[in-house]
Amino acid sequence: MSGLRPEENAPTRIAEAVLLVVALALGMGGMWMVGYALEDGLPEGFWTYSIVLAALAFTTHIVLRLRAPYADQVILPAVVLLNSVSMAMVLRLDLVDMRGANASRHLMWTALGVIVACVVIFLLRDHRSLRRLTYTAMVVGIVLVILPLIPGLGQEINGAQIWIFIGPFSLQPAEFAKIAFAVFFAGYLVANRDTLALAGKKFLGLQLPRLRDLGPILIVWAVSLAVLIGEKDLGTSLLFFGLFVGMLYLATDRVGWIVIGLTMFAGGAVAAWSIFSHVQARVDIWLNPLDAELYAREFGGSYQIVQGLFGMAYGGMFGAGWGEGYPDRVPFAFSDFVYASLGEELGLTGLLAILLIYLVIVQRGLRHAVGVRDGFGKLLAGGLAFVMALQLFVVVGGITRIIPLTGLTLPFMAQGGSSLLANWIVIALMLRISDAARRPSALPTRGALADPAPAMVGGDAIEVGGPGVGPVQAGTEAGAGRGATPDEATQIVRGVER
Amino acid sequence: MSELTFTLLRLGYLVLLWVFVLSAVAVLRRDLAGPRTSSSRRRRPELAGPAPAAGPGGGASRAPQRGGPSRLVVVAGPLTGTTIPLTSSGVLIGRAPSCTLVLDDDYSSSRHARIFPQGGQWFVEDLGSTNGTYIGEERVQGIIPLAPGVGVQIGQSVVELQG
Repeated sequence: MSGLRPEENAPTRIAEAVLLVVALALGMGGMWMVGYALEDGLPEGFWTYSIVLAALAFTTHIVLRLRAPYADQVILPAVVLLNSVSMAMVLRLDLVDMRGANASRHLMWTALGVIVACVVIFLLRDHRSLRRLTYTAMVVGIVLVILPLIPGLGQEINGAQIWIFIGPFSLQPAEFAKIAFAVFFAGYLVANRDTLALAGKKFLGLQLPRLRDLGPILIVWAVSLAVLIGEKDLGTSLLFFGLFVGMLYLATDRVGWIVIGLTMFAGGAVAAWSIFSHVQARVDIWLNPLDAELYAREFGGSYQIVQGLFGMAYGGMFGAGWGEGYPDRVPFAFSDFVYASLGEELGLTGLLAILLIYLVIVQRGLRHAVGVRDGFGKLLAGGLAFVMALQLFVVVGGITRIIPLTGLTLPFMAQGGSSLLANWIVIALMLRISDAARRPSALPTRGALADPAPAMVGGDAIEVGGPGVGPVQAGTEAGAGRGATPDEATQIVRGVER
Repeated sequence: MSELTFTLLRLGYLVLLWVFVLSAVAVLRRDLAGPRTSSSRRRRPELAGPAPAAGPGGGASRAPQRGGPSRLVVVAGPLTGTTIPLTSSGVLIGRAPSCTLVLDDDYSSSRHARIFPQGGQWFVEDLGSTNGTYIGEERVQGIIPLAPGVGVQIGQSVVELQG
């Protein structure tokens, strides 16, 4: 329970259970109000949806108690809340027979996502074992990105070739590639960050990396451009590149990388804009959505985004109420535009609450990146939290017309199997890392030697200073030691004698 | 259902949504502000007792050696009970693996403070830590002498010199 203070017994996770009840009550309340607004009675399948959601949530709670007792207690309820509110929204759109909205399918994917997350928590005892898969993860990531381009497997839908079809199922492999790349970048950067951070010359106060160290960033840039060109998917390419630049910055603490990354992305984006018509169309509807000709255009027009804006305006401050708005007028109101649908029915007040819940999840991820002891875990947790924040910005920014609209989905809220499944895996990894970060320590803490070296090894850290010399020297050492991240968790008590 | 009931339900739903957000934030707050309040709460009863009794010159029960204190003891925090023999090179305390006493504590800096002898007297120096080093309620500025039995707060831990 208590923040960081290690305790003798594993926490009881009461806070998590209480928050889970509130989260589930909000999901059930949403479904209940939807039913009474649209059909004057409980919606069909109300109890099925409620019981399955509650069972899934508490199963995860118990798995966490057994396998990750120190894991963060806020992440799971926050995610369950987002998922069950989205359940209510999809059910609401399903009730008015919107084409494509399918509540039972949404529930099925939710169940699958939760079960996979539980399996990950159960089987993955230590996140550091993922580090062995660094380069495997790279290959898996690249293969996943290329899959939709294979003829017969991939298929172009609504102008973007990001889907693969296996039998009756369709998947967006890019969602899973996101996780694979986060694992790869974390493993790669933890091994190479020193060269990336320290080599190179200074220019205008920025530490510029050496040319040969630019190799990996060039490769990732090329991959994300290939996604942009081959699959016509603006959002995913932005996501991959942003993930890499963000993690480079996390690993090296050099602003130079962000400057280089932004410059390269801007260059790539301008080039793509001048060459490809579909990118130009996206920019056009972003800048002039209310243009009559653009609005009436059958494909790639601004109808969707304008209807979304109208919906959110209709929702106003407090929303129209569950089932009282017209979110089904917006194409893909249940997936890409679920944010606009929620804005219409819950209003700005509801949207801000939902954004805050996302913020809490992201903050937890970054907090545990600070807390966890190994460099790989830090980068992985930081990267996963950052990519969720970036995805949120790209989606919400697109719908509210801050940036051009892309095809990304809101994690946990949009109906869509790949997105749900992939993001539940992300949450499982975050919970696993948070358990490692908050666990008092599996290593001997009370004066036992954790290091085979004799006691007092640390004594050599400071020279025996003559009067006045010691403190200065220690000061400079403190500066040089900045950013030194202990990689192995074996340094708890070193040079300590009982 | 009447219009009024529906409006009340609609607003009640938003209130419940915010109740969830605020209670989640309340759980987090403990994480952000926790150590400061909890450590100061813990520090007072524990240190107010022994500190004046021990004072400079050492407690009667401790029987200080001729050369002054011989060990550094962690008296509060996760590592309570840990003892480090003192040498002429002093003790470096922090999170970095190269420190003599490595604290596994988010609220301590990599190289947080050091305790070292000079001219027969022990001193404590804060090495520019983020959260500061405290003796009682006072933050250590620069280098100040440290008497045996006086608790020094570093992050969530309290250490003191003992004979």
